[in-house]
Amino acid sequence: MTEFLQSTFLGAELGWFVGTLALILLIALPLMLAVAMIIYVDRKIWAAMALRKGPNVVGPFGLLQSFADGLKVFLQETIIPSSANKGLFLLAPIITFTVALLAWAVIPFGEDMVLANINIGLLYILAISSLGVYGVVIAGWASNSKYPFFSAMRAAAQMISYEVSIGFILISVVLFAGTFNLSEIVLSQEGHIFGMVNAYGLNPLLFPMAVVFLIASMAETARHPFDLTEAESELVAGYQTEYSSMSFALFWLGEYANILLMCALNVILFWGGWLPPLDVDWIPWFDIPGIIWLFGKMFFFFFIFSWVMATVPRYRYDQLMRLGWKIFLPLSLLWVVLVSGYVMIDKFGLPL
Amino acid sequence: MQIFAFYLFASVVLASGAMCIFSRNPVHSVLWLILAFFNAAGLMVLVGAEFIAALLVIVYVGAVAVLFLFVVMMLDIDFAELRAGFMKHLPLGLLLALVLVVEIIFGVGAWQSSGMGQATAAVGIPEGAPSNIEQLGALLYTKYVFLFEAAGMILLVAMVGAIVLTHRTRSGVRKQNVANQVARRPEDATRNTQPEVGKGVEL
Repeated sequence: MTEFLQSTFLGAELGWFVGTLALILLIALPLMLAVAMIIYVDRKIWAAMALRKGPNVVGPFGLLQSFADGLKVFLQETIIPSSANKGLFLLAPIITFTVALLAWAVIPFGEDMVLANINIGLLYILAISSLGVYGVVIAGWASNSKYPFFSAMRAAAQMISYEVSIGFILISVVLFAGTFNLSEIVLSQEGHIFGMVNAYGLNPLLFPMAVVFLIASMAETARHPFDLTEAESELVAGYQTEYSSMSFALFWLGEYANILLMCALNVILFWGGWLPPLDVDWIPWFDIPGIIWLFGKMFFFFFIFSWVMATVPRYRYDQLMRLGWKIFLPLSLLWVVLVSGYVMIDKFGLPL
Repeated sequence: MQIFAFYLFASVVLASGAMCIFSRNPVHSVLWLILAFFNAAGLMVLVGAEFIAALLVIVYVGAVAVLFLFVVMMLDIDFAELRAGFMKHLPLGLLLALVLVVEIIFGVGAWQSSGMGQATAAVGIPEGAPSNIEQLGALLYTKYVFLFEAAGMILLVAMVGAIVLTHRTRSGVRKQNVANQVARRPEDATRNTQPEVGKGVEL
């Protein structure tokens, strides 16, 4: 589309600008819609596991519930506590929301369906996700209130701890794929095991990392069972306690956009992205557009997130730290060594 | 477009650096510092060093500055005392700044007079060249491998040192041992007894 606009009357510079802007909107607006619907799905799954009905009043099957909620928060008053640090208080939800959208720039939705096909896609995602913690920390500090502050401290410690092991997991994938580019990582998974499976996750060497990454992505998004930052039994609502109206809604949207992003990363890094599960031709599934495979797999992972949320009790804080530093970190470090050893032997043979 | 971006990033770096020094609240200082780091990463992207830019954001913004923020938020800081210190250390600070400025001037002068500047500026990054990461890796793990490993060793020693200095074993603390808890069976922990009437159970 960018090339097409550049060839019209707009010229190279302006055409590129308009085309990129249109593509950004093409990703961001459906993403917001997806977030609204995924919140509904989340509540429905959660309700079903608790043998309840869930939202079923607004629209058919309650499908429009999220939009009704959105309208409600939009009409509410934005309350700023008098002792809060005003500028930072309002900046925090904006940071969370913006950062949650930024990462989608490098996510490949299909072959050549990516906004920015950059060489360091995975590093970019790592950098952006490490920025996510600032929204929470600033919110907690600027609220000038005890519970949000505790929540911010927890969030900072939690995200740093899990980012380390996520980094190592990503490195083991990068070593296998030989590139940081997300599209190429997906393509390198095609016909992976004996030319059959389109997924790194089923490789016996990488399967443990796929599991660790799924759990670490739950911790990274502060999702159940690691939602200690907003543990309602201890911290009221965590860093969101003092927020109301749209500033609260921005936190919510950002949080769910992050969860969707982590689902997408799980799919892209370990489960073949937009490729069908098996690399065989006698099932006509290569005719199904790749984006449907990607969304289907993402939905599956979101279901796992919801399932965990409905069934697993919350971790205690020391258990969370123990899992991050004493189990995931050594395990993923060991796996980096194992994977790089395997890659060396695979490429250059045994050193004899 | 590039010129515009350069001046945008550069002016924001300078402005936020100044604000980092002049803002009265230390938490605001750290936040300005983070903005400066982030825009420095933008400058790195402009010169085509996207790998360094990503590392700058991941390491400095994502980890180091978060810890800074963490510590500064937890500290109970006396602002009046801080401002008194500012005036006291001003001469030393100015001296350090002067030394740095002179170093930069000499560095840039040497770079320009040796003709390195013109050579790299004229060539630029050729189309289809191996990516930043590959080039850095090829240099780091071959030519500079010993320096690289030495840096790694120093960091490791620093880490071990920090842990040794801050670690203390407390006595009288009952720690949770998850492996023991998982390995515990009902047979080890409970027993069924049928005490006779009027008799208790011996523990």
